[in-house]
Amino acid sequence: MSVELFFQYIVAGITYGIIYAIVAIGFNIIYNTTGIINFAQGEFVMLGSMIAISLTPYMPLLLAIILAVIITMLIGALIEILFIRWLDSPSVLRMIIITIGLSILIREVALAIWGENVRALPYFTGNEVSSISFGGVHISPQVLWVIGVCTVMVLILQAFFKFTMVGRQMRACAANREAARLCGINAKNMVTLSFMLSAGIGAVAGCVVSPITYSQYNMGTGLAIKGFTVAILGGLGNSMAAVVAGLLLGTIESFSIWIMPTAYKDAISISILLLILFLRPGGLFGSKEEMTLKEF
Amino acid sequence: MLRLRNVEAGYGRLKVLHKVSIHVDPGEIVTIIGANGAGKTTLLKTIAGLLKPRSGEILFKKQPIAGCPAERIVFSGCALVPEGRQVFSTMTVRENLLLGAYVRYKRRQKSLVDRELERIYETFPRLKEREGQLAGTLSGGEQQMLAIARALMSGPELIMMDEPSMGLAPLVVKEIFKIISQLRDEGKTVLLVEQNAKAALSVADRGYVLETGRIVLQGPSEDLLENRDVQRAYLGRDLDSEIRL
Ligand SMILES: Nc1ncnc2c1ncn2[C@@H]1O[C@H](COP(=O)(O)OP(=O)(O)OP(=O)(O)O)[C@@H](O)[C@H]1O
Ligand SMILES: [Mg+2]
Repeated sequence: MSVELFFQYIVAGITYGIIYAIVAIGFNIIYNTTGIINFAQGEFVMLGSMIAISLTPYMPLLLAIILAVIITMLIGALIEILFIRWLDSPSVLRMIIITIGLSILIREVALAIWGENVRALPYFTGNEVSSISFGGVHISPQVLWVIGVCTVMVLILQAFFKFTMVGRQMRACAANREAARLCGINAKNMVTLSFMLSAGIGAVAGCVVSPITYSQYNMGTGLAIKGFTVAILGGLGNSMAAVVAGLLLGTIESFSIWIMPTAYKDAISISILLLILFLRPGGLFGSKEEMTLKEF
Repeated sequence: MLRLRNVEAGYGRLKVLHKVSIHVDPGEIVTIIGANGAGKTTLLKTIAGLLKPRSGEILFKKQPIAGCPAERIVFSGCALVPEGRQVFSTMTVRENLLLGAYVRYKRRQKSLVDRELERIYETFPRLKEREGQLAGTLSGGEQQMLAIARALMSGPELIMMDEPSMGLAPLVVKEIFKIISQLRDEGKTVLLVEQNAKAALSVADRGYVLETGRIVLQGPSEDLLENRDVQRAYLGRDLDSEIRL
């Protein structure tokens, strides 16, 4: 393998990996405040990009994306208020069934609205053939957009949880819900907020990646599996580890094309997921005890 | 300040509290003592709003609060230091305290928060030293101090504490009880739940004895300390063997 090809694979790995990481962080945010795995997480990514695509004919790209993210966040809030909020300490199984049901529901609604057509947002800068060359490695500018936007988003998210009062409130609910209520924090609103945040970052990821991967009503399922694998790989609830795990999975997938047919690409993440669940259910970086200490 | 009339509460089909009536006047330290499983924690959770009473009346500053959610009750000036400390273990000491002051943030009294933080650090110098440390890595005694400090950050008029001496060394227990009487001197009202009856009664003005969800005895602390039943059951004096001698 030539050095250029090697770096080409690395860049592709990072691009997909960071998207997986964002989906995984979406899982983590909701998991941390509620203990729920929201299997409709991938659908937020789909909704974000599909809504933005539908809006682009009527407004500038940036405005369409912002609006799409806001709409997706509102949908996230609505889902929480309609289907989750009124449940009084539901069982894990019931929550899994509810969120899987929600993902199917959202997908069917999307199919009814947008059909089966494959669509895409336009490239943010340049087009599909433009590329920037770094010493023989050709990178599409959109790849830089994906990596840049997602990195900034992760950093902002970290700062939000660490330095703002609302972020602290959400972490307090994750650490100890009852104690948070005793401080006067409305835990239910924090849960709604965590759904909005997860939906929002998923939508942003969906928009930046859409020009490269294209969007379709059912794109969420695959992303949810990859994101879930990454979340488990990094240790459920741990967002920084999710970034590392995401990049790892993305790179492994990217190099796998080199040694086996592309069709097996998706099988890799499922295999990793099963392996991790069998061998290290606390994740690569976590121990079982740390699982009980939830942190964003 | 606080008045309960015939309060009944429980979990699911299990009824834990049976017609409990107590009252706490402003500036008092009142203690509730009772054995394991008597329902002390259930009683405090019911007052704090974590548990809805089945029936009965709870008045705080003459306002009915029975059935109000916990987050509303803190805002009215009634704070609970929960059993087992329940600090936010993944957050720093300072963050724990700031969250305790959430009530003040919400009321846009940010300047008060800083002043209160100063005061708290004066009372608990150990917490200032450990400001940036994760609360989960504090010792048991320090965590208890933090839990009390966090509740104080909301500026409560009534502070309820659920077994603050649990699992702590005698010296630390002494320190905590000193702080409790200091709180009364500052004009706060304290409702103290304890299994350590001797220590609790020595600092309290009045006490109630809770047995299997019922108030079976009440009175000034001195009277309870003298009471033979209390001595037998909670102060560990074996009267029967003393008589035999
Ligand atoms: N979450 C719960 N669900 C069901 N039953 C409970 C729950 N919490 C407490 N109980 C029951 O209620 C009764 C009273 O418990 P509570 O915790 O109020 O006792 P306590 O006086 O605080 O005891 P301790 O001194 O051990 O803390 C016990 O019989 C207990 O088993
Ligand atoms: Mg108790």
